[in-house]
Amino acid sequence: MFVTKEGKEVFIVDGHTHFWDGSPENQSNIHGKQFIDCFYAYHTNLSPPEQLWEKGRFEKYSVDDVYRDLFVDGPDDVAIIQSTYLRDFYKAGFSSIERSSSMAERHPERFIVNGSFDPRDGEKALEYIHYMKENFDIQGVKMYTAEWNGESKGWSLNDPAAYKCFELCEKLGIKNIHVHKGPTIIPLSKDAFDVHDVDHAATDFQNLNWIIEHCGLPRLDDFCWIATQETNVYGGLAVAMPFIFSRPRYFGEVMAELLWWVGEDKLLFGSDYAIWTPQWLVEQFWEYQIPEDISAERGGIQLTDEVKEKILGLNAAKLYNIDVEAKKKQLSASPVQMAAE
Amino acid sequence: MLLEMQRDELELEVWSCLDQVTDPELDEPVTDMGFIERVEVSLDMKTVEVEFRLPTYWCSPNFAFLMAFDLRCEVSKMKWVHNVKVTLHDHCFADRVNAGVNGGRNFNDVFAEYCEGGDLNAVRAKFQEKAFMRRQETVLLALEERGYSCAQIVDMTLGAFDAIPFETGEEAKQKPRYRSLLLSQALAEKPGDPAFVSWSGERLSAEGLKAYLAKLRGVRINMEFNGALCRGLQASRYKEAQISDDGPTLIDFIQNRVPLRDGYQPGTNET
Repeated sequence: MFVTKEGKEVFIVDGHTHFWDGSPENQSNIHGKQFIDCFYAYHTNLSPPEQLWEKGRFEKYSVDDVYRDLFVDGPDDVAIIQSTYLRDFYKAGFSSIERSSSMAERHPERFIVNGSFDPRDGEKALEYIHYMKENFDIQGVKMYTAEWNGESKGWSLNDPAAYKCFELCEKLGIKNIHVHKGPTIIPLSKDAFDVHDVDHAATDFQNLNWIIEHCGLPRLDDFCWIATQETNVYGGLAVAMPFIFSRPRYFGEVMAELLWWVGEDKLLFGSDYAIWTPQWLVEQFWEYQIPEDISAERGGIQLTDEVKEKILGLNAAKLYNIDVEAKKKQLSASPVQMAAE
Repeated sequence: MLLEMQRDELELEVWSCLDQVTDPELDEPVTDMGFIERVEVSLDMKTVEVEFRLPTYWCSPNFAFLMAFDLRCEVSKMKWVHNVKVTLHDHCFADRVNAGVNGGRNFNDVFAEYCEGGDLNAVRAKFQEKAFMRRQETVLLALEERGYSCAQIVDMTLGAFDAIPFETGEEAKQKPRYRSLLLSQALAEKPGDPAFVSWSGERLSAEGLKAYLAKLRGVRINMEFNGALCRGLQASRYKEAQISDDGPTLIDFIQNRVPLRDGYQPGTNET
């Protein structure tokens, strides 16, 4: 729960968090090292200096770290944990549903753990979707289209094999498809970050919610256009958020575009923990106003308290069927326990 | 000593020719972005080696290919250059980029291998269009700021546009770049042609100018956002770069490593 200076309580759903193991012991090769190094560069580059972590802690943080950073020092009420396997890079996977679920056991009411699958696995992918539904009752999945899989260096949401998986998701009630568009390598003749497959998939699967993480960055402009065409496309703010500190004016321009095109009901806060921690992001976001000249260019659009509450929690609560009042009661009855020091 | 000075001068010449190579995604010179790590002219002053590194290991490989070939192409244009070697470091596709760019084959042949029959022109065109829009927005906003009305702007000819001085700021930088794209794309040719048309060559209308500018703004915000991200990640990566024991070299000055970055100490990996 985030409490404003005026004493107002704001319900926070952190829409994009991870419990990963990127440590050298888990890395299979140079790609695994480079992957976590790249995350660490995002962390060091866009965090306020007092929020910087040591490399070792960043590579592999503890269960206690998660609880403290998100719920004790941090304002999150509920955190959505995403799974990302990267099996070609990490021996036991980068962040698996099993590891995240066992981390979440101490306070299951605080977490929504999403699964992941790779459509290129064919029948095995379908079996895996069943396995995740039966064992973890997942409501959503995280798709990373730039994942390497042997010779393949990426895939598209509108590949036939992917459509088979989404059909199954729809049938099993796995409704929330989080998408991260990383660089797809082959064919080189294609824009590596192209987001138009989102457009196809969202049109063809109207009953699924498509949450495009990082708002389609680095294709924010294309994403904005697609999101206006499709009612079931949402924007996750992870990676855009920390610009509030390093480049507040850019952040205002980005928010004005997103509010204008995508709308206040379809944007979701995400800290991208452990790249960033939610406390400073939420604090700064609550205080933030879009500069007047930028707002004026977009018909006076502004981040009012009401808009902020939607982005920080209410929009995600709707997607994940969280009854906010009931959840607040449940959470206040079981405060987060930290292991004895 | 004389030889050293000559080589230094040639290296500077190489650096300034590299300003012509841009990151297609950002429309910024690779030199400004700090991508170039080393330029060396051989003792016989015939061979040039250029080394570069991108902000992350995962930067889009087709752009890496494009930049590598553009670097080779620009350096090869200088009369005294007989051989060019371009090396990309620390990138997931580095081996293939380096083999491709230094193998003596032309770009299309090398590229075709990785394209499943597709060609690169569509990607190039897409980013050229974005570059055009960003450059155009800068000059349009500068004209608005100087009090030109929508009608005056859409009726402005290339000749009239040329006569308006932009001395400082982003508009001074973007005006010649906008103009060169106008001409190279044959969007305007003669002084009497309209200075402002869309990428597909359509005239702009006075009443539609605001909406058109809003569209350009979306493109610019995206590019600036990516540029900010790339610069930041590049800076984080460069923190590892060491200044050698012999002291700073030319590139350290060009890259603004002298004076050293805040908190940076030579001989340590972390700050």
